[in-house]
Amino acid sequence: MRREGNIKDTRRFERRRVNVKYIFSNLGRYLRPYAALFVLVFFASLAGTALSLVGPRLCGLAIDRIKMDGTTDMSEIWRYAAVLAGVYILSGALTYLSSLGMSWVSRCVVKRIRADIFKKLMSLPVSYFDTRQAGDIISVLSYDLDTLGESLSNDTMMVLTSAVTIVGSLVMMLVTAPVLVLVFAVTIPLSALFTWWLTKKVQPLFRRRSSKLGELNGFVEEVIAGHRTTKAYNCEEDMIARFEVKNRQAAEAYTVAENYGTISGPSVNFMNNLSLALISVFGAILFMNGVIPSVGDIASFVLYSRKFSGPINEIANVLSEFQSALAAAERAFRVFEEQSEPADAQGAEELTDVRGDVEIEHLSFSYVPGVPVIKDFSLTAHSGDVIAIVGHTGAGKTTIVNLLMRFYDAQSGTICIDGKDITKVTRASLRRSFTMVLQDTWLFSGSIFQNVAYGDPAATREDVERVCRAAKIHSFVSKLPQGYDTLLTDNAINISKGQKQLLTIARAMLSRSPMLILDEATSNVDTRTEQHIQQAMENLMRGRTCFVIAHRLSTIRHAKCIIVMEHGDVVEQGTHEELLARRGHYYNLYNAQFDSGE
Amino acid sequence: MKKTLTYIKPYAGKTALGLVLKFLGSAAELVLPYVLSYIIDDVIPTKNSALIYGMGGVMLGFALLALFGNIFANRLSAQVAGAMTHDLRYDLFRKTCYLKCRQTDEVTVPSLISRLTSDSYYVNQMVARTMRMGVRAPILLLGGLIFCFMLDVSLALVLLATVPFVAAAIFFITRKTVPMYIKVQAGGDAMVRAVQEDITGIRVIKALSKTEYEDARFEGVAGNLASTEYRAQRVMSLTNPLTTLILNIGLVAVIVVGAMLSDRPGVITGFLTYFTIVLNAMLGISKIFVVLSRGVASASRIEQVLALDEREQVLPSLPAGDPSRAIEFRNVSFSYGGKEDNISHISFALGRGQSLGIIGGTGAGKSTIVSLLLRFYDVTEGAVYVDGQDVRSVPPESLRKKFGAAFQNDFLMAASVRENIDYGRGLADEQIIRAAKCAQAWEFIEGLPGKLDYDLAQKAGNLSGGQKQRLLIARALAGDPEIIVLDDSSSALDYATDAAMRRAVAREYPGAAKVIVAQRVSSVKNCDLIVVLEDGVVSGIGTHRQLMQDCEEYRAIARTQMGVTE
Repeated sequence: MRREGNIKDTRRFERRRVNVKYIFSNLGRYLRPYAALFVLVFFASLAGTALSLVGPRLCGLAIDRIKMDGTTDMSEIWRYAAVLAGVYILSGALTYLSSLGMSWVSRCVVKRIRADIFKKLMSLPVSYFDTRQAGDIISVLSYDLDTLGESLSNDTMMVLTSAVTIVGSLVMMLVTAPVLVLVFAVTIPLSALFTWWLTKKVQPLFRRRSSKLGELNGFVEEVIAGHRTTKAYNCEEDMIARFEVKNRQAAEAYTVAENYGTISGPSVNFMNNLSLALISVFGAILFMNGVIPSVGDIASFVLYSRKFSGPINEIANVLSEFQSALAAAERAFRVFEEQSEPADAQGAEELTDVRGDVEIEHLSFSYVPGVPVIKDFSLTAHSGDVIAIVGHTGAGKTTIVNLLMRFYDAQSGTICIDGKDITKVTRASLRRSFTMVLQDTWLFSGSIFQNVAYGDPAATREDVERVCRAAKIHSFVSKLPQGYDTLLTDNAINISKGQKQLLTIARAMLSRSPMLILDEATSNVDTRTEQHIQQAMENLMRGRTCFVIAHRLSTIRHAKCIIVMEHGDVVEQGTHEELLARRGHYYNLYNAQFDSGE
Repeated sequence: MKKTLTYIKPYAGKTALGLVLKFLGSAAELVLPYVLSYIIDDVIPTKNSALIYGMGGVMLGFALLALFGNIFANRLSAQVAGAMTHDLRYDLFRKTCYLKCRQTDEVTVPSLISRLTSDSYYVNQMVARTMRMGVRAPILLLGGLIFCFMLDVSLALVLLATVPFVAAAIFFITRKTVPMYIKVQAGGDAMVRAVQEDITGIRVIKALSKTEYEDARFEGVAGNLASTEYRAQRVMSLTNPLTTLILNIGLVAVIVVGAMLSDRPGVITGFLTYFTIVLNAMLGISKIFVVLSRGVASASRIEQVLALDEREQVLPSLPAGDPSRAIEFRNVSFSYGGKEDNISHISFALGRGQSLGIIGGTGAGKSTIVSLLLRFYDVTEGAVYVDGQDVRSVPPESLRKKFGAAFQNDFLMAASVRENIDYGRGLADEQIIRAAKCAQAWEFIEGLPGKLDYDLAQKAGNLSGGQKQRLLIARALAGDPEIIVLDDSSSALDYATDAAMRRAVAREYPGAAKVIVAQRVSSVKNCDLIVVLEDGVVSGIGTHRQLMQDCEEYRAIARTQMGVTE
């Protein structure tokens, strides 16, 4: 959150063209339930602003009652004062209430949109997340929706009151002294022209400023994180020189942007002062010529003119805020357009009492059309078999997992479980029949108990302790001050990658699914611990159909079938002995681990 | 704060000029309503229209003075703030680069980064804004009040009476909302964390059919955020209506008192204008306080780092070791935290051109040995010798010059492949290519558009894990070092590539001592000396053959990894 300012700056000066109609039809859906409240807010704010506009007029009238010769009728003044006070109190109360109402509506709407987008996200296929940066998705849910919310609660109120104020004070000025209004025929076009010029000039400068600052910050993050490397190579001076180039650019971009950016404040004030001078002079002249009947009129006109020019100057600001809010809303609503995971086929069965026979026939798949990852792949595995998938990093081993779990669907060919085509059963029941332990351990911020019991809501404390013992993580957990209730948050406790992986293995042990996927499941566990949990892993695998992806070939020697993948192709398939005898890819891979160079 | 202020000193002239201009500009604006009331009360009765135009001219003059005074003052503030932030950032970055590892650990890397990025940004904001509004708002407030007193003392007292009310209102609202906004921030963080977690765990969530559970969990988090936000806003949106109301009531009082005591409507008109100015000034001051308090906090965080002493002590008087050995550890113990030893009583020695393998589980202390070798930390007991000299007896630069090192999770810059291998050492292309070939990196570098000139993305996002590691190894080799250190730097390589790399290193850099830290037996199997570490203690030392005979731990590792007993 600390860097929010910078991010907002960057977002604000992005140039975007937005589809206003699309946004409002979506937004309208969310606003509809609050329509009645919205109307109420509208009238409250209308009344509040209108009342505040009556103030100066009443002031002027009161001032007119003050006689130059000292014969002022005090009772009349008191009456005015009482009315004025009442008007101001009422106006203040209405303004406050309407802004409360608006902020309530905006919080509710944003919360609803946020929850809906999240729900939508959860329904999207895995490929959506594989092809996007997590940061982008998060920024939609946080920054973009925050921007929208702010805009809803502040800017709408601002526009509403501004409009009323502008119209109202113009009317009041016309009533008070129509001739004097001509003053604005000079100042308003002048300031409009000026604002237009300045915005055009300043926007690219500010964009440059935030991008230069972004570059600088990015560089700093890299270098500081690699602090030791810099030290090891004695290249502090080189890094400082690189930094200095970016630092100088950032400072220069800042100064240039601010040089122009800070003109706007004084200029706006100048326009106000200019109006004041013109009104004073012409007001006085007109009064002397008898066009304006009273001095009080000049006073109230001056006050109205201040009220009038305020919102006019604001409009430019609010418009740019609106622009960025619309862009933010559009990014948010676009998420709804994404294709959810297709619904289960009509009449899809529940997979129940699964034995774990897997039959893959002529399977072909590509992530990108035209770049096949799996070509005409077939495999038969019976309940309790171990199928190993080996190959270099990036050879596409996890693709098989993606297809088995239906995170992706194959373009052709079939996968059958117990003879049932997996595209004809419900996804939930299919996925329930698998247990996974992945290389990227996933724990969420909750207690250790919640994390282990995640897949089995009915698990008791005893169940969790039992599997944690088996996974050799129980003694670590029980040494923690809060034991199984320890919260796993960012940095609350010091837990290593290996220990995290043991927890996910424990989680898998709670499951009674007939099929198991181990994707480099022990890659982060050190060798010693791996030996200790070997028995538990064997227990976990016993009686289940297992798909094992592994680097270390020793773990998979006894697999029923080993699939060797290279560059996305299945190049060999067979048992350990068969593959060794073939003296092909597997043979090379296998020998490499004994070959130590030299 | 003191130290930060010294960064303004070089720009003292500009700063002073800026402040003076700001003062003049703001003061000029204050004159306008005074002239207005003068026109109404003193000029109109004389029916002298020439004088009215004259007064109009005076107003225009002051308005122009205000315009240019403020514009130039703002420019100066931008220049001063830009330049001083630049200088401050430079010094902070330089200091950070040279910090001892122990100091980096204490402050922590994320915190150092945020000091360089957000904190320096807030200091910049503080300087710029104080120079702009920090002067203007008090002048407008004070000046507004002074002019009011000049117009009419008793009416001014009425106005003055409202000031404490407004100040109190702002004070209480701020005091109440600050902790509320801290809660809002925490709520926002929790929301972001929930999304982040679920994005990374999407496969697990889908596999366990927990999407509905996660929907409900998120709904709770989002709802909590919304309600804390609303609660904060409920108080915050009081500010405007309340301050306006107080001032308006004051305004009514001015009219009443004015009617009782004064007979000059022009004075009251002028007063009403000053009212607006004073109100805005007070709101401005409250904003300045926020910027100021954040800026001061940031400045002190920056100063903490600047105050650290980063120089390593060099003790040339320490006794020398055996000069025939490239590396020697003599009874070395070390502790990060100062309590329990992370490694204890470790001794071994390595001749020139020989290779050392270090193997052991996570947290066994393998990387600690490397850190001590490069003197990132000083030993708590014993001594580390490189080329027969105690590492503490030579300047760290000349010690580290002997090394070429690739670390675990090392970093690559967003710069060209060449720059990343060269790393500021000014190496010839032949050296770079030779190292890249040896590290098995040349094959893929040749396939990149522009080859050595190919630009890496931030965090080398456009390379695979294995490609990154090979570049890092190339970097370690390229300087033709006396000692090559590869700290778990081939874990993403498959066995065949790993083996080819080690063969090439042995062939191409025969004179260099090699230190290879690994989890795989195959990576260290052929080293001249292998150290087996377990919980910071040496559990075996010798060649592969010796260890297979004598070291139970080593045998066990070999067995699980290769499935053989030999």
